[in-house]
Amino acid sequence: MAERQKMMSTETKSRRFACVVDDLAKGESMTIPGDIAIALYRNDAGDFYATADICTHEDWSLGNDSDLEGNEVTCPLHMARFDITSGKALCFPATIALETFGVEIEDDKVYILT
Amino acid sequence: MSVLIVGASVAGMRTIQALRARGFEGEITALGEESHVPYDKPPLSKEMLAATTSGETVPLMTSEALATLDVDLRLGVRAASLDAARKTVVSDVGEEYRYGRALVIATGATPRELPGTDALENVYTVRTADDVARLRRELVAGRKAVVIGAGFIGAEFAAAATAHGVEVTMVEAQQSPLALQLGADVGNALAGLHTNAGVVVLTGVSVDKLVGTGRASAVRLADGREIPADFVVVGIGARPATDWLASSGLPIADGINCDESLRVIGTSDVYAAGDVARWRHPLYPEPVRIEHWTNANEHADAVAAAIMGEPAPRVSLPYVWSDQYGKRIQIIGRPASGSLAMLRGEAHTGDLVACYTDRDGALVGALVVDNPRLLMQFRKAVIAGEQYEHFERRVFAADPAQT
Repeated sequence: MAERQKMMSTETKSRRFACVVDDLAKGESMTIPGDIAIALYRNDAGDFYATADICTHEDWSLGNDSDLEGNEVTCPLHMARFDITSGKALCFPATIALETFGVEIEDDKVYILT
Repeated sequence: MSVLIVGASVAGMRTIQALRARGFEGEITALGEESHVPYDKPPLSKEMLAATTSGETVPLMTSEALATLDVDLRLGVRAASLDAARKTVVSDVGEEYRYGRALVIATGATPRELPGTDALENVYTVRTADDVARLRRELVAGRKAVVIGAGFIGAEFAAAATAHGVEVTMVEAQQSPLALQLGADVGNALAGLHTNAGVVVLTGVSVDKLVGTGRASAVRLADGREIPADFVVVGIGARPATDWLASSGLPIADGINCDESLRVIGTSDVYAAGDVARWRHPLYPEPVRIEHWTNANEHADAVAAAIMGEPAPRVSLPYVWSDQYGKRIQIIGRPASGSLAMLRGEAHTGDLVACYTDRDGALVGALVVDNPRLLMQFRKAVIAGEQYEHFERRVFAADPAQT
């Protein structure tokens, strides 16, 4: 069954296979490589969200190395925080939002819409 | 009603951004003592000293972003006094700047200098872009630098200078670098980063005087030894820049005294932010004055929230990082408020980990080298006041690879 958690627009988007649902534990994140590296997060409730992987403040992979609490991701370099559902920068030193991407779950497979 | 901000560095400029982000539409005027377009501070002792860069400042925001802030930014204006009754700041040439809604004091801190060294042209502190522009010219392979003070400024300078091929001797009055802040064991471990890179580290000895007229040619220590120097860098701490407020009537004791919302005690419309502010940090029983860059950033949003009458943003643990010899040292919490509970690894091999607990065994601070993941785990644990023993079982015993 296709579950559309988020559709960003009505444009036809390409679907990038990210992982199997069980590959990412709740409260964790991972980087999905590609021409744009994407950070895939799974919050404590089990929902998946995706943003651009690189912190908008300084060059750091949020998917690989960050702290996820609720729906907020903190970059460990300078403690910049972002909302993973909207990409919004929540505190300095981040002032620029992260790009967000839609996520689809189908047959226990997680796809990112780019 | 207008807001006046005195100080156009990190805390001051971020306050302006935060005010606009929170919907403040009134006039904002900012006074900056320096003539440079406001620039970020961490690069002063890092990128701007590197051989791979041109030493240019890193602006705090793009010129487009600055333009959209709609701030009347007066650079090269030094505040000389405050008349709070008349809501007026007077500059050192007698110009008056009034505020209506609020005054934000973000004048930072001034580096301590060695007494009697004013007239020596090759003695540097590392606080401003002008300091660094002059200092860069000294960074030539084979020349000798003596660094006085092994705190983060001295340490980062030593790392940058070594990369240029400069021969560095560090002189630290404490028994080990950062002994007061991190304890002697961790201080010695960090000193290993320097000695491993060929820096001579002399501890437990203070400076008697700088030898030379016009230019220092040597540093004479209290024990009589003389260390030859082509130039000297002084990193012995900074004092809050509050001299200009001496006649203001504001409560000042090692910084401007503020309440939990960063409002200056005894006032209704004056705030302080950044290095200059001593405040009732919600996480600590005693007021603190924190000189970390993240503190300036946090204060900016907190002051903006207070001015707008909005709830204070979430408070954070003190955090500081330092980049030395390609390694990233990160410190969370307040190690000095506890005692060392664990120390393992070495700094120069990039696996140093140390943590500190209070008398009840709860984590109050931690230091890591090149391990941001572990730092974030410590951060959560300190926030939760987790017992170190519990943390150790949960994090280290469960996954020995963490160490």
